Amino acid sequence: MLIDQISVFIANKHGRLAELTDILSSAQIDIRALSIADTADFGVLRLIVNDPAKAVEVLKSNNVTAKLTKVIAARLDDCPGALASVLNILAKADIPVEYTYAFLSPRGADACVILRVDDNDAAVAALAAGGVKLLSETDVYRL
Amino acid sequence: MYWDKNETISRDEMHQIQSQRLIKTVDHVYRNMIPYRKKMDAMGVLPGDIKSIDDLCKLPFTDKEDLAQNYPYGLFAVPMDDVVRIHASSGTTGRQKVVGYTREDLEVWGNVMARTFTAGGVTKSDIGHISYGYGLFTGGLGAHGGSETVGCTTVPVSVGNTKRQIQILQDFGCTFICCTPSYALYIAETLEAEGIDPSTLSLRTGFLGAEPWTENMRREIEKRLGITTRDIYGLSEIIGPGVSFECSEQSGLHVNEDHFVPEIVNPDTGEPLPVGTAGELVFTCITKKAFPLIRYRTHDVCRLSAEPCSCGRTLIKMSKPAGRTDDMLIIRGVNVFPSQIESVLLEFDQTAPYYMLIVDRQGVLDTLEIQVELASEKFSDSVKDLEALSRDIRRNIESTLGIAAKVTLVEPHTLPRSEGKAKRILDKRSI
Repeated sequence: MLIDQISVFIANKHGRLAELTDILSSAQIDIRALSIADTADFGVLRLIVNDPAKAVEVLKSNNVTAKLTKVIAARLDDCPGALASVLNILAKADIPVEYTYAFLSPRGADACVILRVDDNDAAVAALAAGGVKLLSETDVYRL
Repeated sequence: MYWDKNETISRDEMHQIQSQRLIKTVDHVYRNMIPYRKKMDAMGVLPGDIKSIDDLCKLPFTDKEDLAQNYPYGLFAVPMDDVVRIHASSGTTGRQKVVGYTREDLEVWGNVMARTFTAGGVTKSDIGHISYGYGLFTGGLGAHGGSETVGCTTVPVSVGNTKRQIQILQDFGCTFICCTPSYALYIAETLEAEGIDPSTLSLRTGFLGAEPWTENMRREIEKRLGITTRDIYGLSEIIGPGVSFECSEQSGLHVNEDHFVPEIVNPDTGEPLPVGTAGELVFTCITKKAFPLIRYRTHDVCRLSAEPCSCGRTLIKMSKPAGRTDDMLIIRGVNVFPSQIESVLLEFDQTAPYYMLIVDRQGVLDTLEIQVELASEKFSDSVKDLEALSRDIRRNIESTLGIAAKVTLVEPHTLPRSEGKAKRILDKRSI
């Protein structure tokens, strides 16, 4: 079970992030989670939103380099050790994690961790076998 | 102080020497440099039509594209058995401009560089610190040959390791140095940083060239190193350093016109322009055997001056080149064509064919930044992959240009587009 994340290439330039979020806001896109990987010259912005297809379309029509990336969303309890147990399953299965970030559900004690790996099928199988609940697009976008 | 008698002969004598030598060279080239013979045939010019130097303008031009098309040895006018040396410099494409020398050509080179040094007061009692690169670049071995021709003790230091260079300047008692003007300034800075007083060195004269420099920069180098400087000019296609040189006047460079005949032409029409008018500098080699280019377009813009010089030389003078008619950049003394960078970028399908070259000067050293747009459809959202991409581009650029560059990936559609000729160079150096 995989979900769509939006990946955006973004120049490390004053005001650029504000411009991007303005574009999303004008299209009524709601951001669930975001993470930025930055270097001295550029960053890669990763977003989980309520309507990924529409978000990518509106970004591209504004000349922003954006694309959809398949990622894994896993539900966790918001308690010590929950993230560690998920990452240990992947480590034991020898599946490298390219990047990860997490967010809390606005309701209750749920957390959601986003995982980007090279081999999605292997990771999904290993996590399911380890008893981790994976979230569908509907689960995440409506969280 | 002159090296040989041709430096001070009358204009009539020079006319006669140039005419004799041109007639001989055109005959040699027509018989042995096939691509140029074809050009002459196409224009309907025969060697017999060239009766004196005044007929030079009847001959077809040679340009850098001729070197690219005939890479590597197609324009050599002697059998390879007679070629004893090869040098090369950047071409507009991935292919270098390859030039060759016979033993006699190397003697000519030694003598024109000997004139250069002699005009700077150098005698065989001097010790020369040659800090141009040794290798395919003509700077190192060209200056080296001239220094040995004069009879100087010649120290082949080549480039890099500035602290070691300073140690050599101190311990070996070098009295003159050959390097780029920016490197001379860098040596001055390093001396200051190390707390070494330049007046404790034996250094008296700097023969500086291979990149553009201003009178302000000259004054600063002379003051900070406590030396006098002489501008030198040359290009590998003609011979390398030694095409023209400064005398004590420091007001233009005497052209070794008994070997390399200068003309100024209109860069657009190729029409010869009268002495004193600014235009594109064109050279004809009239003494070389292996690679005697005729009417070679340098793309340097300057003017000639036939005013008598107080040094006594009658050789015509050229002004310091004031620019280029093409888009060639000189970065840290290395000739760089944007087309070379473009050909490297085209090897990568993750980038778009839009780029910007930003040349700047940090302290005294030139920097080159290449901004290139990412291809919107092909971008990886992994920072690792993106950094690997910019590293791979940087590595290929460095091996193609021979100088390091910073590569910056930028967002698609953000670099300036223009109709017609794209503006792809931002030269921020104030020199």
